[in-house]
Amino acid sequence: MTRSKYLGWLVAAAALLVLGCAVAVTIGPAAVSLAQVAGSIGAHLGLPVEPVPLLIDSIVWQLRLPRVLTAALVGAGLALSGAVMQSVTRNPLADPYLLGLSSGASVGAVCVVILGIGFALPAAAFAGALLALMATLSIAKVGGTITPVRAVLAGLAIAQLAGALTSFIIFWAAKGDSYREILNWLLGSLAGATWQSVMIAATAVLVVGTGIVLSATRLDAFAFGDTSATSLGINVNRTRWALLGSVALLTGAMVAVSGSIGFVGLILPHLVRGISGPGHRRLLPLVAVCGALFLVIADTLARTVFDPRELPVGIITAFIGVPVFILLIKRKKSKLWA
Amino acid sequence: MGVELDRLSFSVDGTSILRDVSASLPTGSVTGLLGPNGAGKSTLLRLIAGIDTADAGTASLDDVAIGSLPRREAARRIALLEQNAAPSVELTVLEVVLLGRIPHRTKLMGSFSGAEDRTVALDALELVGAGTLADRSWPTLSGGQQQRVQIARAMAQQPSLLLLDEPTNHLDVSAQLSLLGQVRELGVTAIMALHDLNLAAAYCDHILLLDGGLLVASGTPAAVLTPEIIGAVYGVDCYILEHPRGGHPVIVYAAASVSA
Repeated sequence: MTRSKYLGWLVAAAALLVLGCAVAVTIGPAAVSLAQVAGSIGAHLGLPVEPVPLLIDSIVWQLRLPRVLTAALVGAGLALSGAVMQSVTRNPLADPYLLGLSSGASVGAVCVVILGIGFALPAAAFAGALLALMATLSIAKVGGTITPVRAVLAGLAIAQLAGALTSFIIFWAAKGDSYREILNWLLGSLAGATWQSVMIAATAVLVVGTGIVLSATRLDAFAFGDTSATSLGINVNRTRWALLGSVALLTGAMVAVSGSIGFVGLILPHLVRGISGPGHRRLLPLVAVCGALFLVIADTLARTVFDPRELPVGIITAFIGVPVFILLIKRKKSKLWA
Repeated sequence: MGVELDRLSFSVDGTSILRDVSASLPTGSVTGLLGPNGAGKSTLLRLIAGIDTADAGTASLDDVAIGSLPRREAARRIALLEQNAAPSVELTVLEVVLLGRIPHRTKLMGSFSGAEDRTVALDALELVGAGTLADRSWPTLSGGQQQRVQIARAMAQQPSLLLLDEPTNHLDVSAQLSLLGQVRELGVTAIMALHDLNLAAAYCDHILLLDGGLLVASGTPAAVLTPEIIGAVYGVDCYILEHPRGGHPVIVYAAASVSA
C-alpha cells in the first residue's frame, strides 16, 4: 500500500471516529440533535454559541459525552496494548490481559465492592493489575532476561491464581446487589464513566500511548527474532521490559475505568494488520483510531439495544468480535495462521 | 586496521566454546570461517558482532574494541546475517531492507522519518541485483532471493564489516555461486561461516579453520586446505587439485567406503 493510500485510511478512520462520537452522544432515551451536541460542547469550551436548554446540556455534558469519550479512549488504549502484546510475545492470541492484568484488577475491584467502598474501585483495580504484573514478571525473569514464552506461562499462572481468589471472595462474601455490581464490572462496562474516567484514560493513552507509537521502529526490529534485533542495534532485554511495562500501565488504567472489556485488544490488531500490513509505523496509529471507533459503536449498542436495560459492553464486543475472528481464521490467503 | 581478534575466549555454563582465538584480517578482505559442526563458528561471529560478550580477549574493528561500543553504534558498523533467518514474515521486500536503516535513525522521532532511508534501501537492493523485487511480499521469494534481500538489508546498514552465517545453506548451485560472487563484489570486509570447503577455496582470500573451539589453521586457502589438515580436522581423506581456471585449490574427497 502506498503512503498516500495509508494516510487516506487513517484520515477516514479519524473522521469516522469524530462523527461516530458525535452521533453516539445524540443516541439515547432523550432526543438530542447534533446541533445541540455541538452547542453544548461549544458553550463549555467558552465559544460564542447559542445556549442549549439546561436539561439537554446536562444530558450531553454530564452523562453521555464523558461516557462516549471514555469508550473511545479505552478502545484506543486496549487496541494499542493488544497490538504491542502480540508483537512482543510473538503470539497471535495475545491480548492486553495476557500477563494476568485483568485478573489482578478483578481481585482489587471485588474486594472494594464487597467492603462497600465502591468509590475506591479504579484505584483498587489499578493496584491489583500492577501487583499481578509484578508477580508475573518476577516469575518470568530468569537470570535477568524475560523470554516471550516464560512471560505468557507466568501470566497464565497468575491469572489462574487471581481468578480463584476472585471466585473465593465472591463465594464467601458477596450478597444481593454486590453480585450484580461485580458481574457488571467483570464483564466490562462503561456505565459508570465520568469526567474523572475521561481524565484517567486520556492521561494514560496520551502519555503511554505516545511512547508506544514512537517505539514503532523498535518493534519492527523484532520481525526476524531477537538476534536480528540485537544486530540492528536494539537492546532486546531493555526494550522488552519497557514495552511490557508500558502496556501494563496502559491496560491497568483502562481496566480501572471500565473493567476488563474483552476482544477489542485481540481482534482489532488482526483486523487492522489486514489493511496496514504488519509494520508498526502504520499499524499502531491506525489500530488506536479503529479501536476507539469500535468501542464507541459497541458501547452505544450496549446501552440502547435492550433499552431501558443495559448490557455490559463486554457482551457486545464478544458478540461482534467472535464472528469477525472466525472470518479471519477462515480467510484463505492468511499465511500468518497457516 | 581491519579486524583484529586477540585471544578471544567464550564459555557457556562452564563449557568452553572458544579458546584463545587470535587473527588479523585486513580491510576489504573476504574470510572463510570453516570447521566441523560445533566447532564454534557461529559463536565466533556473534562475538565479533558484539551480540555476545567474550569472557576474555577482545575483538576490534579499525582499532576500536567492539565490546566497548554501544549497541546502536556497533550496528552501524557491523551487519550480521543469521543462519536461515527466513520465517514467514508478511513484510514486503522493501520493508525488510528498510529494517537495516534502524540503527541510523534517531531514537525519539526515528519511527517517523525516512525519505533518505528509502533511497539507501533501494540502492542496496540494486547493489545485490534485486531491484525488481522491491514490492514483492517476503514469503513469496525463493530461498536464493531471500538471502539476496537479507544481504541488501545488511548493506542498508552501511557497515564496514559484514558477517554471514552459512549464507549458502539450502541454495542451489547457481544461487550459491552468484551469492558468493556478490559478496566479493561488495568490496566490504566480510567474514562468513561456510561448510563447503570448495566454495571457501574459490571465494575467500583468507581461511580460519576452527576445531573444538580452537583456531587450528589460518592462512590462504592453499595453505590451510591441505590433505593433512583436512584429514586431521574432518577425519576424511581427500586430494587437492588445482582449479583449471582460477588456480585455487579444489578438494576431491575419497569416498568413505574406500577409505574405511
